[in-house]
Amino acid sequence: MTGAPMIEITGLRKSFGPLEVLKDINLQVPTGGVVALLGPSGSGKSTLLRCLNLLVVPDDGSIRVGNTSFTFGKSLQHPKVKPLAAFRSRTGMVFQNFNLFPHMTVLENVIEAPIYVKGMRRKDAVDLAMSLLDKVGLADRANQRPETLSGGQKQRVAIARALAMTPEVMLFDEATSALDPELVGEVLQTMQKLAADGMTMVIVTHEITFARDVADRVVFMRDGYVVEEGPAREVIDSPKMEATKNFLSHFHKGATPR
Amino acid sequence: MYEWNFAILWDYRWVFLQGAGVTISFTAAIVVGGLVIGLVAAMCLLSRFAILRAISLGFIELFRCTPILVQLIWCYYALPMLAGIELTPVTASLLALSCYGGAFYAEIIRGGIISIDPGQKDAAAALGMTPALAMRRIILPQALRRMSPALMNQSILQFKNTSLVSVLAVPDLVYQGQMAAHDSFRPLEMYTAVAVAYFAILFPLTLFVRSRERKFGDNR
Ligand SMILES: Nc1ncnc2c1ncn2[C@@H]1O[C@H](COP(=O)(O)OP(=O)(O)OP(=O)(O)O)[C@@H](O)[C@H]1O
Ligand SMILES: [Mg+2]
Repeated sequence: MTGAPMIEITGLRKSFGPLEVLKDINLQVPTGGVVALLGPSGSGKSTLLRCLNLLVVPDDGSIRVGNTSFTFGKSLQHPKVKPLAAFRSRTGMVFQNFNLFPHMTVLENVIEAPIYVKGMRRKDAVDLAMSLLDKVGLADRANQRPETLSGGQKQRVAIARALAMTPEVMLFDEATSALDPELVGEVLQTMQKLAADGMTMVIVTHEITFARDVADRVVFMRDGYVVEEGPAREVIDSPKMEATKNFLSHFHKGATPR
Repeated sequence: MYEWNFAILWDYRWVFLQGAGVTISFTAAIVVGGLVIGLVAAMCLLSRFAILRAISLGFIELFRCTPILVQLIWCYYALPMLAGIELTPVTASLLALSCYGGAFYAEIIRGGIISIDPGQKDAAAALGMTPALAMRRIILPQALRRMSPALMNQSILQFKNTSLVSVLAVPDLVYQGQMAAHDSFRPLEMYTAVAVAYFAILFPLTLFVRSRERKFGDNR
């Protein structure tokens, strides 16, 4: 965790029409760091996460991930298709609704991007995919269609698919929110293993206990601002800001099952 | 009371077979041509460039809002005058019918593409795919599968539309039927045979499309 941070965001702004969703966001994530983004619905967590791999292109500010940086502004050109794609290939993203490719088997889902984006040989891609599927405990499902899997299994395939591009950073947008409660654990476990392996991660989650145990830092957002930021345990156990206290009190009453 | 004589059809079997061959090859050509045109037009409709969207929309509406018979005649007589080129009846027919089909295919393909969950596009982009690669590998395969019944229905219509090429003296099934009718003075038998031939080819196809539709209805 030394040297320049893996992710650096400065002065980030984004509006959808008249609605300003991100207002001057500044954030750094060290290499191997795990940051949890918390905040009420509509506070801009997903938008911030999608800005990190430029699925949403910000209006203003700058983003650096690893060695690649982009600067945005009214007078600046929209980034071109090729550099955008190259940048995204080095950040993995996991979605709430899995977004597996339904017309492909589990294995084909995982080898698709290594082959068609990276130009990897099929055989190498299959070897890589099988080792990743093994890592998420689904090697025996390689030839099944996604529709035959449980939600938890789908999400683990989605994680393997993202890892197949050997990303520098993994982004999780409410990866467990669409799962039945009894399936949440297996996905959180997979994410925890990944964090322990030293992956740099930004996690949007409503699993407060998980954030407290796995994340190094917590960023609390409201109305497009970062309201509070600090070490995970500190912010969750003894929040300083009124908004954070309010938000967390909902969870402490009915703690989410693990 | 008219005396039917279907036995006479046997004498014209080669005439009819030839016509059927022309009709089937014509259909194959305009389905392929139409799908290519439709795909390009659909991509233009979904393009981020307004000019491409406008051109595509203009093309589609032009061909959807004029009768196919008029297009056919116009392509054969007027287009060569305007463009200063020679068109054979076959080329003019292929052009008009492919464009006509393409206009309808384009709408179907566009609908199929926008019906695909936007999450698929996000996932593809997040993996580093360019929009073009995502379209080819992720979006289109799903969209084509979903819209295949609609595309097949349109192709069945295209099969029937080929009958219009007889006005340009292209020797399709209808034209050959006309020839046989003049030759034999037996138009009723000949046109009955033509109708039966169309039905015999299309009925099994519609049954097939129905079964596909049912299949797609089930595992949505
Ligand atoms: N593509 C878009 N177009 C218009 N408005 C959008 C778009 N995406 C997000 N928004 C709006 O931006 C605001 C922030 O949305 P965002 O999804 O980032 O919130 P969130 O913190 O992730 O909320 P949730 O916990 O509900 O997922 C919301 O008001 C939302 O309606
Ligand atoms: Mg969200």
